[in-house]
Amino acid sequence: MSADFLYTIEVILNGLMAGVLYALVALGFVLIFKASGIFNYAQGVMALFAALTLVGLQEGRVPFAHLINATFGTHVHNFDWTLPAVAAIALTVVVMVLFAICVEKLILKHLVNQEPIILFMATIGLAYFMEGFGDLMWGSDVKKLNVGIPQGGSLWFEDLTIGWAAEGEKFYGMYIDILDVWAAVIALVLVLVLTIFSQYTKSGRALRAVADDHQAALSVGISLRMIWVLVWSISGFVALVAGMMWGAKSGVQFSLSLIALKALPVLMLGGFTSIPGAIVGGLIIGAGEKLFEFFIGPLIGGATENWFAYVLALLFLVFRPQGLFGEKIIERV
Amino acid sequence: MLYREVGEYKTSYAEDSQTFPIKFDRYRYFFVLLVGILFVPFVINDYWAGAVFLPFLIYAIASLGLNILTGYCGQVSLGTGGFMAVGAYAAYKLMTAFPDLNIFFVVIISGFVTAAVGTMFGLPSLRIKGFYLAVATLAAQFFLVWLFNKVGWFYNYSASGQITAPARSLGDFLITGPDATPAAQYLFCFLFVFILAWIARNLTRGKIGRSWMAIRDMDIAAEIIGVNPLIAKLSAFAISSFYVGVAGALFFTVYLGAVEVTEAFNIQKSFIVLFMIIIGGLGSIFGSFAGAAFMVLMPVVLKNLLVTQLGWATDIAAHFEFIIIGGLIVFFLIVEPHGLAQLWNLLKQKLRLWPFPY
Repeated sequence: MSADFLYTIEVILNGLMAGVLYALVALGFVLIFKASGIFNYAQGVMALFAALTLVGLQEGRVPFAHLINATFGTHVHNFDWTLPAVAAIALTVVVMVLFAICVEKLILKHLVNQEPIILFMATIGLAYFMEGFGDLMWGSDVKKLNVGIPQGGSLWFEDLTIGWAAEGEKFYGMYIDILDVWAAVIALVLVLVLTIFSQYTKSGRALRAVADDHQAALSVGISLRMIWVLVWSISGFVALVAGMMWGAKSGVQFSLSLIALKALPVLMLGGFTSIPGAIVGGLIIGAGEKLFEFFIGPLIGGATENWFAYVLALLFLVFRPQGLFGEKIIERV
Repeated sequence: MLYREVGEYKTSYAEDSQTFPIKFDRYRYFFVLLVGILFVPFVINDYWAGAVFLPFLIYAIASLGLNILTGYCGQVSLGTGGFMAVGAYAAYKLMTAFPDLNIFFVVIISGFVTAAVGTMFGLPSLRIKGFYLAVATLAAQFFLVWLFNKVGWFYNYSASGQITAPARSLGDFLITGPDATPAAQYLFCFLFVFILAWIARNLTRGKIGRSWMAIRDMDIAAEIIGVNPLIAKLSAFAISSFYVGVAGALFFTVYLGAVEVTEAFNIQKSFIVLFMIIIGGLGSIFGSFAGAAFMVLMPVVLKNLLVTQLGWATDIAAHFEFIIIGGLIVFFLIVEPHGLAQLWNLLKQKLRLWPFPY
C-alpha cells in the first residue's frame, strides 16, 4: 500500500475518534430535546462545570476559595485530602443531579408552554450563569484532569501498521491516541446502557412516552416534572463523561464549553431527535472535517475545522431538512 | 390623567393609523429627538460616547435588523456577528479603495454588500426551518469570520491582520479616526438610527411587513393565501442584513476604529444581539431600542457598582457579571417572556386609567 493511502486511513481513523467525542456532547442535546423540546445550549457549559467539579473534588479544592479569601482576607485553597477518582466521579454525579433539580425548580417549571425560542434563550442565560458560577466556585485557571485513563500514542498500533507500507516508502506507522480509543469504548458503553435503560426500565419507558407525546403521557399519569429532572440528570451525566474525556485530553478550561458549538452540526446532520443520528452524525462530521483539513485545508489557508462541519451539515440539510435520522416533519395548517 | 386619548378626534385614515396615535406619545417622541439632537451632543464626552451612547446606537441598528428577521419574519439567525463583520470589512475595503468616497455612502454601500451576502445565506431558509435554520446560520458566522481572518485581500495584507479605519469627515467634521470628536460621531450614528428606525417602522406596517408576519405565524398558511415565501423570506434576510451591515460598518469605522475579526465579531456578538431583541421584545421597534439599552447599560452599571463602588477585585466582579447577566436573562424570560416592550405596553394601559382602578 502506498503511504498516501495509509495517511488517509490514519486521518479517517483519527477523525472518527474525534467524531465519537462530538457525538458524546450531541447525545446530551438529543436526550433533552426529545424529552422536553428544549434546545439546550448549556450542554457544553454543563460539561465544563462537571469537569471542574470533578477536578475540584478530586484534588480537595475549597469551593469559592478565591471569593472567601478576597472577602475575609484568609488564605484557604485546599483541604488536606484528595479523593480517589471513583469517589470523585460519584460525588460529581450527585452534584449534577442536584443541578438538574435546581434547573427544573427554578427555570423549567416557570417556562412551561413557552415558545421554543424563549426556552432556547433561557438555556443561553443558564450557560452564562454557569460559566460565571463555575469559575467563581473553582477558579478560572487551567486544570489538569487525571482519572486514570491512559494517554499518549499507541506503540502497538504503530508497530502493527508500520509494515503495511510498500517497500522504500517513508512511513512510520499510524498514530492513534489511546485516550481516544478509550473515549470511543466508553461512548459505546454509554449508548448501550442508555438504550437498555430506555427500552427495559419503567422510567425509560416513561421517558419514551414523554418524548412521543407530552399530553398523552401526562394523561396516563406520568409526571412531566419528574421526567425532566431525570432527563437533565442523565444529560448531566453524559456531560460529565464528555467533560472528562475532553478535560483529560486538553485540560479543564473555559474553551471546554465551546465543544457545544462542535456538537451543533452533528445534531443538524443526525437529526435533533435521534440517538443513533447523534452517533452517526458525529462520525461523519469527525471524519469529514479531518479529511477536508488534510486534503483541501492547505490549499485555502487551513483552520477549516471551525466552519467545515457547519457547511457540510448545511448542504446536507438542503436535501434532507430533518437530518439523517430525524423524524419526518409533517406540517398541517 | 396625563396619558389618554380623550378629546382626540381622528378625521382621516392617515391620522388614525399614525405611529403615535396619542398626543402625549407624539410629544414624548419629539422630546426624545430634541434631547438627542440639541442636548446630548453638547454635554457628551469620550467616556459617555464610548461606553454608552455609541454602542447603544449601533447595537440598536443591529437589533432592529435582527428583529426584522427574527421578530417579524420568524427566522432565527445566529449569524449576526458574521454579517456585522461583512459590513465592517466592506467599509474598510471601500474606504481604502476609494479615499474620496463620502463616509455616509461608504456605510450605506457596506449595508448593500451585506444585504447581498445575507440573501445568499438566507437561501437555505426556504428548505430548513426552526432550530435547524438557527444552527445553519452559524455556518455563516464561522465561515465569514474564518474568511476575513485567512484571506489577506480583505485586510489589505497588513501584518497584524487588523483593519484600521482611516480618518474621514462629513463636511467639516471628522467622523472616523482617532481625532474625531465624540459629538460628531454621536450625531452621525444618531442620524443613521433615526433614518433606519423610521424605515423599519414603515416597512413593518406595510405590505411587506405583513407578508413577513404571515410567514412567521404559519408559513404554509401564508403560502396558501398568496404570500410568496421566496420573496418574503429573502427580502427579510436582505433588509435585516442591510441593517446589520450598517451596524457593523459603524461599529468598525466610528466606534472601534481598529478591529481584529475573531475578537470583535465572534459568536458572542450574535448572542448579544439576539439577547437584545428577546429581552426587548420580539416584533417590536421600541423593543429593539429597549433591549439594546438594557444590554449596553447593564455591564457598565455592574462594573461601576461592583468595582468602583464596592471595591471588588476585577476578576471576581467579572465572574459575578456573568452570573448576574445570566440570572437576569432567565429572570426576565420567566417574568415577561414578551420582553420590555410588553412591560411598556402594560404600563401604558395602566397609565391610561390612572389614578382610577378601572
